[in-house]
Amino acid sequence: MEVSLQPAAHTTGRLRDRLSFRDFGRKWKNRGMRLLLLVMAIAAIAPLLSVFIYVFQQGGSSLNWSFFSEVPVPVGETGGGMLNAWVGTVTIVLMASVVGIPWGIAAGIYLSEYGKGKLGNVLRFATDILTSVPSIIIGLFAYAIIVVPLKRFSAHAGAAALAVIMVPFVTRTTEELLKLVPNHVREAGLALGLPRWKVVLWIVLRGSAGGIMTGVMLAVARVAGETAPLLFTAFGNRFLSLSLDQPMATLPVQIYTYAISPYEEWHRQAWAGAFVLVIFVFTLNLFTRLIMARRR
Amino acid sequence: MERSVDSELRQLKEKILTMGGYVEKALDDSLKALIQRKPELFDNVYEVEKEVNQKHIEVDEACLRILARQAPMAADLRLVVAVIKINTDLERMGDQAVNISHNAKRYITEPPLKPLIDLPRMAEEVRAMVRFSLDAFVRGDVALAEKVLAMDDLVDGLKNQIYRELITYIVGDPKVTERALNLILIARNLERLGDHATNIAEDVIFAISGKDIRHGGGAGAQAGSTQK
Amino acid sequence: MANPILETKEVSAWFGKHQAVRGISFSAEPNTINAMIGPSGCGKSTFLRCLNRLHEEVEGARVEGSVLLSKEDIYGQGVDPVAVRRRIGMVFQKPNPFPSMSVFDNVAAGLRLAGIHKRSVLAEVVERSLVQAALWEEVKDKLKQPGTSLSGGQQQRLCIARALAVNPPVLLMDEPTSALDPISTAKIEELLVNLKNDVTIVIVTHNMQQAARISDQTCFFLTGELVEAGETSRIFTNPQDTRTEQYITGRFG
Repeated sequence: MEVSLQPAAHTTGRLRDRLSFRDFGRKWKNRGMRLLLLVMAIAAIAPLLSVFIYVFQQGGSSLNWSFFSEVPVPVGETGGGMLNAWVGTVTIVLMASVVGIPWGIAAGIYLSEYGKGKLGNVLRFATDILTSVPSIIIGLFAYAIIVVPLKRFSAHAGAAALAVIMVPFVTRTTEELLKLVPNHVREAGLALGLPRWKVVLWIVLRGSAGGIMTGVMLAVARVAGETAPLLFTAFGNRFLSLSLDQPMATLPVQIYTYAISPYEEWHRQAWAGAFVLVIFVFTLNLFTRLIMARRR
Repeated sequence: MERSVDSELRQLKEKILTMGGYVEKALDDSLKALIQRKPELFDNVYEVEKEVNQKHIEVDEACLRILARQAPMAADLRLVVAVIKINTDLERMGDQAVNISHNAKRYITEPPLKPLIDLPRMAEEVRAMVRFSLDAFVRGDVALAEKVLAMDDLVDGLKNQIYRELITYIVGDPKVTERALNLILIARNLERLGDHATNIAEDVIFAISGKDIRHGGGAGAQAGSTQK
Repeated sequence: MANPILETKEVSAWFGKHQAVRGISFSAEPNTINAMIGPSGCGKSTFLRCLNRLHEEVEGARVEGSVLLSKEDIYGQGVDPVAVRRRIGMVFQKPNPFPSMSVFDNVAAGLRLAGIHKRSVLAEVVERSLVQAALWEEVKDKLKQPGTSLSGGQQQRLCIARALAVNPPVLLMDEPTSALDPISTAKIEELLVNLKNDVTIVIVTHNMQQAARISDQTCFFLTGELVEAGETSRIFTNPQDTRTEQYITGRFG
C-alpha cells in the first residue's frame, strides 16, 4: 500500500500559520498589556503622591517652631501651637505600646509555638476578626468599659483603645515571623538540652527579633494616626495635660477638631498637624524598611 | 526491575563465557593434535590464545568500569571480584593450552613412546573440570562447582601416576628422555589447568554464597568477616 | 557486644496511631560509627530521635521500650528528657546554626545553658570544639560573624562543634551530609572517622556508599523493623537477609 508522506495541503497551511516565528501581532499585544499594567500601577500610587504633595504644600508653610512649643490660644488670637496634642499623642501611643506590644508578642508566640490545636485556630480566627473590626468600634468598646464607669474621658481610655487595636497586628506579625524560623532550628535547641520555653525565647524569638520589631513599628505607626477611637476616650484637651486620668489632646483628634472649625487660623494649624503626622508615619515606615534591608 | 548494573553484569558474564569457550577450544585442539597426531591443529591453538588475551583485557576494563561507575554491593560486588579472579585464571589456562601445544608439537615429530592411556583420561577429566566450572559460573550452581573441587583430587592422582610411569621409561632407556619429558610436561600443564578450574569453582562458590572455602577456610569463613 | 555504650531494648515509636518503629533492639560499642540505612519512611530517623528523647516532642508521638546510655535507662522513671539531651548530641539534615548568633555564641550555647559564663573557659572550649570539628582554621578570624554567614559545609561543621562543646559521649546524626556538596561531604566523613576516638556516633544516611565508607556497624531498617545489623564490611559484601541484599544492590528503595 502506498502511503503519502505529504500531509494534506490545507493542514500544512494552517499549521504553518500557527507555528510561524514571525508573529508581530503577539509582540504588540504583549507590549500593550504591559503598558496598561504600568499605568494602573502608577495610578495606584497617585493618591499617595498627591496627598504628600498637598499636605507638604499646605502644612509645610504653616509649620513653625511655636507649633511644637506652644499650646493653643483662644479663637481670634494668632499664634499658639499643638504642644498639647503631640505630647498627648506621644504619651498615649507610648502607653498603648507598653501594654500592647508585649501582649501581642506573647499571644503571637502562643499561636506559633503552641497553637496547633482547636484553641489555636479559634484564637487565630478571633485575632483576624479583631484586625478587621473598624477602629471606631474599638473606641466605643473602650468608652463603654472605661469611660462610662469612671464617668470621665481619660488618657488611660485612649491608650487602652489603641492597645486593643495594636494587639492583633503584633500578634499576627509575630506569629508569621516565628513560623518562618525553620522547625529544625527549634529542634537544634531542644537537642542541645534547652527547655522549650528557652528555645522559644533565646533562639526563635531572638532569631526573628528584627522582623518582629518591624511589625511592631508598623503597628505603632498605624495607631499613631488613629482618630476615631480617641474621639470618645482621650477626647482632647485645650491645655497641656500630663495627668493620665484626665482627658488628653492628641494630634489626630486636634486635627479633626481644627479642620471642621470655621477659623482660617485653625485650618492652617490642622494642616501643620497633618504634615507632622504624615512625616512621623512616613519616617517610622522608612526606618523599619532600612532595618529590614540591613538585616538581609 | 532491571537495574543499569544488571545489563553490565550480564555483558560481563557473556564475555567470561566467550573467553571460557576459547580456552576450551584451545585445550581441545591441543589435545586432539597430540592424540590424533594432527600438527595442523596447533596453529588454531595459537590463534585462539590471541582471542583469549584480547578478552582478558576487555574483561578487566569492564570490571574496572563497573567498580568505578556502579559501585556494586553485596552479590554484585562479589560477582565482579570473582570475575576479576576468574579472568586471570582463564588467561593462564590459555597460556597453558599453548604450553601443551609446544610440548605436543615436539612429541609428535617422533614416534610414539607408548600408547597414550592415562593422559587422554586425565585430559578428559580436566576438560570436564573446565566446562563444569564455567557452567557453574553461568548457572550459579554451587553443587556443580563443588563437584569440580572433588575432581581435582582425581586429576592430581592421574598426574602422579603418569609421572611414575614415565620415569620408569626414562630409567629403562635414557634415549626416550626427551619424549617422556614432553609427556610429563603435558601432564604437568593439564594438572595446572585443573588447579585453575578449581580456583574458578572456588570463586563461583564465593560469588554465589559469600563463603570463602579456599585454603581449608571451610564453611566458617564468610566474606567480610575480619580475622580476629 | 561486650560493653555497649548505647543499647536499646524493644524500642517502639508511634505518631498518633501510626507505628513507625517496631520493637528495635540495637547496641553500639564505644568509639564506633553506627550507620542506619533503609528506604525513606523505614523508621530509621524516628528511631534515631528516640535515642535522645526528641521524638516525644512531636505532637501525638509516643515511645515504648528502653534506651540504655551507659547502662542507665533514659526512659526510666524520673529521668528529665532535657537532661538526657544535654548528654547526647545531635546534628540534623540541614545545617541549623542558631540565627542571629555569632559563630562563637553558637558553639558556646550549650555551655552557657549549663551555667558556664566564664570568658576564658568559654573561649577555650569553643576553640577546642571548633578544632575537633575541623573548622577552627577556617573561622578563627570570623568568630564574631553570624553563624549563618558561613558556607553550607562550614555551617554543618559548626553544628557539629556546637554539639561537641558539651562533650557528649554519643553523637546522633540525621543525614548530616544530604544537603552538602561532595567536597563538604568528604570533609565531614573524614571528620567523623576522626571523631570516633572521642564519641560514639549513630548516623542515619541515605547514602549507602557513605555507610560503607565510614561506619563500623551497619543496621538495615525496613518498615519500622531492624532487618539486619552487623559489621559493615559483612553487610556490604555478604548480607544474610535477602531484603538487605535487595536493598543494598539497588533492587528496591
